[in-house]
Amino acid sequence: MAVNRMFRICPSTGLSYHEPAEKLIRWNAVAGVVSLLVGGILALLIILTRWQAVHLLPPDWFYLVLTVHGLDMLVFWIIFFEIAVLYFCASTLLRCRLAAPRWAWTAFVLMVAGALINNYSVFRGDSSVMFTSYAPMGAHPTFYLGLILFAVGALIGCFVFFGTLVLAKNEKTYRGSVPLVTFGAVTAAIIAVFTIASGAIILIPTFLWSVGLVDHIDSLMYRTVWWAFGHSAQQVNVAAHVSVWYAIAAIVFNAKPMSEKVSRTAFLLYILFLQLASAHHLLADPGLTSNWKIFNTSYAMYLAVLASMVHGLTVPGSIEVAQREKGFNNGLFEWLRRAPWGNPCFSALFISLIGFGFLGGISGVMMGTEQLNLIIHNTIYVPGHFHATVVIGTTLAFMGLTYFLIPTLFRRELMFPGLAKWQPYVFGLGMCGFSLFMMGAGTLGVPRRHWDMSFAGNPLGYEFPGMAYLMMALMAICGLAAIVGGAMYLLITVGSVFLGKKIETPGFAYVRAKDGVAPTTRPVEVAFETHGTNIGTAGFAAPGTFVLAMVFLVAFVLYYFVNWKYLSTVWPLS
Amino acid sequence: MANANTTSPIAEDDIPDEPIPAMQQLLDNPFLLLFIGIAMPTVLYIIWGVMEIVGIPIAK
Repeated sequence: MAVNRMFRICPSTGLSYHEPAEKLIRWNAVAGVVSLLVGGILALLIILTRWQAVHLLPPDWFYLVLTVHGLDMLVFWIIFFEIAVLYFCASTLLRCRLAAPRWAWTAFVLMVAGALINNYSVFRGDSSVMFTSYAPMGAHPTFYLGLILFAVGALIGCFVFFGTLVLAKNEKTYRGSVPLVTFGAVTAAIIAVFTIASGAIILIPTFLWSVGLVDHIDSLMYRTVWWAFGHSAQQVNVAAHVSVWYAIAAIVFNAKPMSEKVSRTAFLLYILFLQLASAHHLLADPGLTSNWKIFNTSYAMYLAVLASMVHGLTVPGSIEVAQREKGFNNGLFEWLRRAPWGNPCFSALFISLIGFGFLGGISGVMMGTEQLNLIIHNTIYVPGHFHATVVIGTTLAFMGLTYFLIPTLFRRELMFPGLAKWQPYVFGLGMCGFSLFMMGAGTLGVPRRHWDMSFAGNPLGYEFPGMAYLMMALMAICGLAAIVGGAMYLLITVGSVFLGKKIETPGFAYVRAKDGVAPTTRPVEVAFETHGTNIGTAGFAAPGTFVLAMVFLVAFVLYYFVNWKYLSTVWPLS
Repeated sequence: MANANTTSPIAEDDIPDEPIPAMQQLLDNPFLLLFIGIAMPTVLYIIWGVMEIVGIPIAK
């Protein structure tokens, strides 16, 4: 069988696109954006229901819509886009042909079929079991079948990625180690393989149970193994969006990592420990010992948190160093003031980084502490946390990358560039308020999934304070702002890809690669090989980032101990 | 994108002959990392957790 060795060189970035890889990246990205569109429309309905003054949907529709929203956003949008990122990091960054394109297309078809079957299953009305689908609450067999097909497709996609790494090494398309961005993608792919395998371990028996071939699924066993899938899926996002942070820093600033060794070691910590944080969902479950809970969520998880803090320091640090190299070297923050705030790639990265660290990161550590977890377990604080990590952290980073990909990958001019400048702010700041007010309401005990926080008509009612209702209303208003930001993103991306002005390249052609290596029209420009010695102050190359890191640590410590104080008021000892 | 893609195909004689540190060899081996990345959570989270659940006495 003939191997396709046709490549295209992007004239503006110098990136080499293997013809089949380019198509697969595009189609996976488009499928992801379609999932985002469906999930976003449903988000609007959920917000208008949890806003008690509006309370739009009846309960059956609320749980149906919440189920599809969770799956489309947390699984389908993110994983389609991540597969696109994996192919980009392996084929394009390593200038290597994609291994087994036919298998990659098979993976894509399986993923699309799985997503459609799963959505169909929920929309038919008998599978409103939420994203978690806890047994013994059963869904229609097609619900599990769709997820299994999607997972098999994603697993094939991961192995196409690993196969491409092998090809690149064998065909010597790079020397030494893979670039840091690709190494981050390796980390994401490794976590994805564990995630998908865990999903298979629990979803295949659950599917057999739903068709009557297995008579019992133990609920605690289900929860334990399912969270190895459900939470680790979000850890794939973390590794992927951190890689995207490094990529955007390189794209916008030509920034070089402050220390390749430190950043790679931080990714290694993710590989070793990040998945173990799944245990924080089971901190209130009887049956599992404190040894298991505390080892997995505290001792081990903190090493993964350390890795996130390393990335949170080195990404802005590398930007600061690059900016100082360009002459923005005055004071602590000239590099930040003079950053390209009108470039949506950068503003998306920066809001993603700050929101992920301050809102998602700090709240995640608090939730992962066994004692503190009891304050907020199963409250709306939990979605507040993961909207900060997955939506502000991952989705916003992916949105930022899209603005780079539209001209280079889709060869289209960006439509509505003025709107694009504002989009990360509207979406990112809206989501920051949304997450913050969710966490506030959760701290007051508002449940995470209940259709009606007033418990009207229930025999065992509970009257929440007025502040809880205010928090939920503010959450809804911020959520509406975020939905406007999401709609702006969809308008810009869909409009650009399908209706945008085509970027014409004189003499454009796919050219055959020589010995597997993509040809280059000109050498890739490198801003600087080593960091200069006359930048920064007081011996720090990135003093502004150091100050920001100290602000973060103070916020972290204060919030952590405020929660211990709060716990002491929940359990009076005198 | 320059520094995200600092690799380029080069002649064999450009590669230095210095021994590769053990840590770098580990980080350069995606399949060893894949094995470690699956084994660690499988043992510490899944197997340990499942053993604890299996050890719960059944009510009579």
